[in-house]
Amino acid sequence: MSDVATNVSSRCVLAMGVVVAVVLGLASTARADDMMVGKTIATQGTAKGVAACISCHGAQGEGNAAAGFPRLAGVNAAYLSEQLSAFANGERKSTIMQPFAKLLSSNGRSAVALYFSSLPPPAGIKAGDNTAINPSDTGAWIATRGRWDQGLPACAQCHGPGGIGVGSAFPPLAGQPAAYIESQLHGWKKGARPPGPMALMPVVVSKLSDTDILAVAAYYAGNVGSSNNAAAAGSKQ
Amino acid sequence: MINQSWFSRGLLAGLFVAAFGATGGITYAAEGSTPDSTPSAAKAFAPPAEASMPTDEFGKSIKLGEQIFNHTPEFAGKYVGNPLNCASCHMDAGRKPNSSPLWAAYLLYPAYRSKNGHVNSFAERMQGCFRYSMNGKAPPLGDPVLVALETYAFWLAKGAPVGEKLPGQGYPKLPPPALQADYTRGSQVYAQHCALCHAADGQGQSSGGKAVFPPLWGAHSFNWGAGMGEIQNAAGFIKANMPLGLGNTLTDQQAWDVATFMDSQERPQDPRFTGSVEATRAKYHDSPNSMYGEKINGRVLGAP
Repeated sequence: MSDVATNVSSRCVLAMGVVVAVVLGLASTARADDMMVGKTIATQGTAKGVAACISCHGAQGEGNAAAGFPRLAGVNAAYLSEQLSAFANGERKSTIMQPFAKLLSSNGRSAVALYFSSLPPPAGIKAGDNTAINPSDTGAWIATRGRWDQGLPACAQCHGPGGIGVGSAFPPLAGQPAAYIESQLHGWKKGARPPGPMALMPVVVSKLSDTDILAVAAYYAGNVGSSNNAAAAGSKQ
Repeated sequence: MINQSWFSRGLLAGLFVAAFGATGGITYAAEGSTPDSTPSAAKAFAPPAEASMPTDEFGKSIKLGEQIFNHTPEFAGKYVGNPLNCASCHMDAGRKPNSSPLWAAYLLYPAYRSKNGHVNSFAERMQGCFRYSMNGKAPPLGDPVLVALETYAFWLAKGAPVGEKLPGQGYPKLPPPALQADYTRGSQVYAQHCALCHAADGQGQSSGGKAVFPPLWGAHSFNWGAGMGEIQNAAGFIKANMPLGLGNTLTDQQAWDVATFMDSQERPQDPRFTGSVEATRAKYHDSPNSMYGEKINGRVLGAP
C-alpha cells in the first residue's frame, strides 16, 4: 500500500516536473524566437522598408554621439517597446522614427525592443555619482541634487545612481549622446514628446533653462568610459 | 475587510489632530496650486549656500555629515538596517522646508520628549532616527557618525534663532480630513500616484545596488517605532513632498487616505517591543494615528 502511494506520488511529481519543464521550455523558446526576430529587424531591417536599426543606432546599439542617435543597448525592453508604439501612433514625434515604427507590427516592435535590451550597455558606465560635487558645476548639481528651492528634483532621484535607469518608467541617461538628451528635454518643452508617466517630465523641463539643459546633457553623456560621447559632450561646452 | 473600530478610528484621528495637531502655524500652498510653489517658509529662513561650506577641518566634518545624510548605507553602514537614506524623508539633503529640515530641527534641542520621557540632546534625537527610521542601531554618543551629522545640522542652521520653531519646521500639520481617512480610498490613491515609483507592493525600486525609490513597508522599510509610521506625520510629508517634484498636488484628503494605507501595512517590529502587541500598543502606540496592534485584512499589525 505504501509502495503504491509512494509510486503514485513520485509519478505525480515526475509528471508535474515534465509539465513545468515543457512550459518553461516553450517560454524560453518563444523568447529565443522573439530575440531572433528582433535581431533580424535590428541588423537587416524588414522587407516592408524598415531600415536596419543598427545603421543609425550603432552595431551594438551603442548610439551615435555625433548624430545624436540614442543608445538602445541595455535599455529596458518595456520602455523601448512603448516608445516605438508612441512613434507609431504619433504621440512621440520624429520624422525619422515615426515611419519605421508604423511599418513594424506590434510583435516586431516588442521583438526589436527585447533584442536591444539584451545587449550590454556601453562599457565604463558608473552606477553612482561623485559625492563631492562642486555646486558651481551646474550639470552635475542638477543631476545629483536638483534645485529644490524651485521644486526641481535631481535627475538621479528617478533615473538612478549615475543615471543608469530604474525599471521600465525611468530610462538610462548615462551614456546617451548629449545631443539626444538635449533634444528630448526640448521635445518636452515643445510637446514633441508625450508627457509620459504621471506627466513628470513636462514639470521638470519647465524648470530647466537652455543652459541647464546643455549642462545636464553633458554630465550624463560623460558617464561612459572613454567613448566618443564624452568627447562630444566636452566639445559642446 | 476592515473592522468597525477602523471607522471610529478615522474619526478619532481627525479629532486628535484638531485638538493637538494644529499648532505649527505652518502655511503651505492651497490644493492644486503650482507644484512645490509652497513656502513662504523658504523665504523665512535660508540655510547657507552649499558653496559657502568651509573647507577646513571643521568643513570636512560638515561635508562628511552631508554625505552620511544623503548616502546613509554607504557612509554609516554599520548603524543601518535598511536601504533608506536620511534624505529619503528629509528632502534636499535636509534643506527643504516642510520636509523636517535639519536647520529647523537643530534649533529645537535639547528638548523634553514624551516618546522617551526625558530631555534629549540633538545627538540622542538622531540616535532615534537610526534605531527606528533606519531600522538599525543607535551609534554611541560621540561616534564620528553622530558628530558629523550634528556638525552638518549646526552649519545648516547658521544664523537661525536657537530655541525657536521656524516656519517650515517638521512636516505640515494637515487639518483633519473632511471624510474619515480610508484604507480603500488610500489604496486607490497609492495605485494612481505612488506605485509608479514605489511599486504596487510598496517595496520601492533599486538600481545599481541602491534604493532609488525607498521601500515604504515590509522588512526593508522603517520599523514600527519610526515617526513616519504615525499617520499624521506621513500625511503631512506626503502632502508637501509627494509625488516627487509634484508636492502639494494631492488634496489633504488624498494625503490622509494614502498615509493611512501606507501605515496599515506590516513593517519591522518596534525595537521597544515588550513581548506583547497589546502591551506595546498601550505603552508606545496609544494614539489614533498608529495602526500598530490593529487588525487589518485579518491580521494584527505588529504581531510576531
